[in-house]
Amino acid sequence: MKALVIKNLKKTYSNGFEALKGIDLEVEKGDFFALLGPNGAGKSTTISILTSLTNKSSGLVKVFGKDLDINLQEVKKYIGLVPQEFNFNIFEPVIEILVNQAGYYGIPRKEAHERADFLLKELDLTEKKHSQALELSGGMKRRLMIARALIHKPKLLILDEPTAGVDIEIRRSMWKYMKKLNQDGTTIILTTHYLEEAENLCKNIAIINKGEIIENTSIKKLLNKLKHEIFILDIDRELDTLPKLNGYNLNLVDKTTIEVSIEKKEKINDLFKLLSEHNINVLSMRNKSNRLEELFIEIIEGEKK
Amino acid sequence: MKASIIAFNTIVIKEILRFSRIWIQTILPPAITTILYFIIFGTLIGSQIGDMGGISYMEFLVPGLIMLGIIVQSYSNVVSSFFQAKFSKSIEEMLVSPVPNHIIVLGYVSGGVLRGFIVGILIGIISLFFTKISIENYLFAFFVALLTSILFSLIGLVNGIYAKKFDDVTIVPSFILTPLTYLGGIFYSISMLPIHWQYISMLNPILYIVNLFRYSVYGISDVNIYFALFMILFFISVFFIISMHLLKKGVGIRN
Repeated sequence: MKALVIKNLKKTYSNGFEALKGIDLEVEKGDFFALLGPNGAGKSTTISILTSLTNKSSGLVKVFGKDLDINLQEVKKYIGLVPQEFNFNIFEPVIEILVNQAGYYGIPRKEAHERADFLLKELDLTEKKHSQALELSGGMKRRLMIARALIHKPKLLILDEPTAGVDIEIRRSMWKYMKKLNQDGTTIILTTHYLEEAENLCKNIAIINKGEIIENTSIKKLLNKLKHEIFILDIDRELDTLPKLNGYNLNLVDKTTIEVSIEKKEKINDLFKLLSEHNINVLSMRNKSNRLEELFIEIIEGEKK
Repeated sequence: MKASIIAFNTIVIKEILRFSRIWIQTILPPAITTILYFIIFGTLIGSQIGDMGGISYMEFLVPGLIMLGIIVQSYSNVVSSFFQAKFSKSIEEMLVSPVPNHIIVLGYVSGGVLRGFIVGILIGIISLFFTKISIENYLFAFFVALLTSILFSLIGLVNGIYAKKFDDVTIVPSFILTPLTYLGGIFYSISMLPIHWQYISMLNPILYIVNLFRYSVYGISDVNIYFALFMILFFISVFFIISMHLLKKGVGIRN
């Protein structure tokens, strides 16, 4: 069963701005799906329509087979939303935010408290249970929004840049938690500007630009489209000039760092061998930028042309 | 149905906790203002005025001041709470959930009614320190207070839905509600006014509400109580329909 089906979805705002120009999208049940795009591409509009915060102009939206126009209340029960911006009353205590949210979904207060306690523990917020939301750090506020989105046990979780502004340690622990949620059966749609996040977590991906879906495939297939990768090599001795290596485009970044562009068909072992022959040993190596990021820029730049 | 009741209770509890948390801003000021009214208008000036409509001026003041409290507090509670929820975007918590629009309206209105009643009762208790009141018809008094607080909570909700900035929240209470309330027969009987001013006063809806409540307390009124009752019920229906329509259309809350 499809978790989400979108057909010919259009949105034109009252100022005439066409945010969505008839997008089609399908997300399988159990998927961890990335919806990527530059700022203003239409990601947030799409999410707002799914969560009924924005009225669509036309098109069809079905969530787990239920039509948004016909079964709005049921669709709302299926979806949990972690929005981009903090959208809770900062003067309310953490526990009240969670219990109230459960109440809006018709969950009795006693059960709501039990669920809230469980989620606070899972997201490492138990100590802040009775604190006002304004006392929480940025990372804690993000985790609070995740807990709030999960309080009614949604089948489809929409994460709109859930780790924005969060330090690396918390981001990693949030990734771990999201993976666990997905493994437990929750379908997840993620929008993010950290493409490393999408590459690490997601199975399938759609790229949206200027209100149109320009790519919709699996992450693996998309990465296969990458024609070349740029690596940074840290070497064991100082060089003033680079030796000429046939077939490789090398660049000396500084005396002990080389940048190399490797074509998809080329083997990196061959490069290491050639470097060794010139008495250059590689101490460590890394991608210049995230692979998905390179591809993303390539696709978006291609669209501009 | 059960889910709707839980959602309704949640909104009401949230509202009670909200205005209780800030009781220094919500409950205390009307109590202090009322004490000042009783001291200045009731005791100092009132003693020079004498009887009004067959009762002492102090007694005359009490129903009007209770209504003033109920009107202002019911209105303020809903308009400020709803606007704050919009401003902080926490209204989205409700909008993404399956809470029906009529439950949102009833929940917010109930919050306004409760705050209006708490302040109204507080003013009633304070008035006992200054004068004796024997309410003629408790049930009718309760009914009138209830309808009034429902009406002004609904008006507050409509204002909250439309409000885009903090100024929009204060314009109606400052420039419409307060003048109408002060000219609505709280501090005087319209029979004291020249005849043409009496006719102009008849256009003020708050005059009917204050007189209706005064009628339930003392059995005296400047206006026809059936007409007054009809007017309140009519405007409750109008503002309920407007609120539901605005929420359905998503005016001010959805793109």
